[in-house]
Amino acid sequence: MKYLTEYRDPQHAHHLVDRIRELSTQRWTIMEVCGGQTHALLRSGIDEALSECVELIHGPGCPVCVTPASAIQNAIHLSMRPHTLVATFGDMLRVPGNHGSLLDAQAEKGNMKAVYSPMDAVQLARNNPEQEVVFLAVGFETTAPATAIAILQAAQLEVKNFSVLCSHVCVLPAMKLLASSKQNRVQGFLAAGHVCTLTGFEEYAGFVEQFQMPVAVTGFEPTDLLVGILEVVTQLEQQQANLINCYPRAVKRNGNHSARQICEQIFDVTNRQWRGMQVIPNGGLCLKPEWASCDAEIKFSLSDDDQQEIQTDCRSGEILTGTIKPSECSAFGNQCTPQTPLGAPMVSSEGACAAYYRYRNNTFTKDYS
Amino acid sequence: MCLGVPGKVVGWIDRTPLFSKAEIEFEGVRKVCHMACVEDAEIGDYVIVHAGMAICRIDTQAAIQQLDTLQQLFNSTGET
Repeated sequence: MKYLTEYRDPQHAHHLVDRIRELSTQRWTIMEVCGGQTHALLRSGIDEALSECVELIHGPGCPVCVTPASAIQNAIHLSMRPHTLVATFGDMLRVPGNHGSLLDAQAEKGNMKAVYSPMDAVQLARNNPEQEVVFLAVGFETTAPATAIAILQAAQLEVKNFSVLCSHVCVLPAMKLLASSKQNRVQGFLAAGHVCTLTGFEEYAGFVEQFQMPVAVTGFEPTDLLVGILEVVTQLEQQQANLINCYPRAVKRNGNHSARQICEQIFDVTNRQWRGMQVIPNGGLCLKPEWASCDAEIKFSLSDDDQQEIQTDCRSGEILTGTIKPSECSAFGNQCTPQTPLGAPMVSSEGACAAYYRYRNNTFTKDYS
Repeated sequence: MCLGVPGKVVGWIDRTPLFSKAEIEFEGVRKVCHMACVEDAEIGDYVIVHAGMAICRIDTQAAIQQLDTLQQLFNSTGET
């Protein structure tokens, strides 16, 4: 067992596609929430194989894409500050803010470094005691525990020159916002498997109850995704709305207890601006007041004043809410490419635009037809 | 961002709470990963690693059961 290739069996995948096609009496609209799922669906060609019976709408589950321009601007500002180093995940460096990206700032003597994990940023701070090291923390509930551990490690090691610019977001409030929108077309959701690995899926029961939509907690390999879609379609055909865990090898009802406890020590839930969307009630995490000494917003007196997005031809807001597909944007593939991105969804390895740009010549559909 | 990759725990490096690290093997490639959220993992267990940190231990029984269900589904209607 490798827990990977076994869930890519083409025979199983083709069989599941057939089952979904046979079962469907109409074309259903299902949103996969996580950008990792979007890439997996497009890479395997599942979206095209099912296009007659299921429209897959790509959700906002790409944290790099929804990080507000103000956070990028604050990071750029800090990177220009004397004796200050901004560390973040590599994907964040190329995301355009209102006044260029972090990489553009680096060309103008901004001081920044890509790291693999938040704990690497703590190590950077230990190795560079003359510098203030600020970690730009982005990501959903999946990534938040690593940031929390980095903060606890820095506290225990008495690393005073480490702080966090916290832009973590929470996925369920965004799902609620989408589901309650008057424009909503989504009839069922594939919930983000790795978010639920940490949070568990208990809190989704209330969502299912409130919106009467089926939710399947789903993994990332082709048969994982197809099982999730099959479950949702089955429920829709039977006019049912239940919560089902289709990723039991990684997701338990109450999630990862240790990680949840660590996060509860560090974070409070807060309202958070999502790029391309709006301020989402309870849509983000901030540091608890007792961790103010390592909260970069407080330590360096930053503000969110630069929240207004500069308008470009980029339609990432509509793409992130599933209103349009990337290929419906007039800038897609000409003005906006991975080399010259206008918006975050073309930059991120989980962005829907990057997925469409990369995977339109997939093999699964060709093999299948 | 929520990319998670399954890997096998091949050796513990540090078991100090909060600072725990283990060597994880991914398809023959070994990498040191943080284990603070999965401190009860044993050598030979599979974990899912995200952003350099193990986020869960894979439930072997659930994984096998899932594959059995897929195979049964496949067998129930024969070859396609």
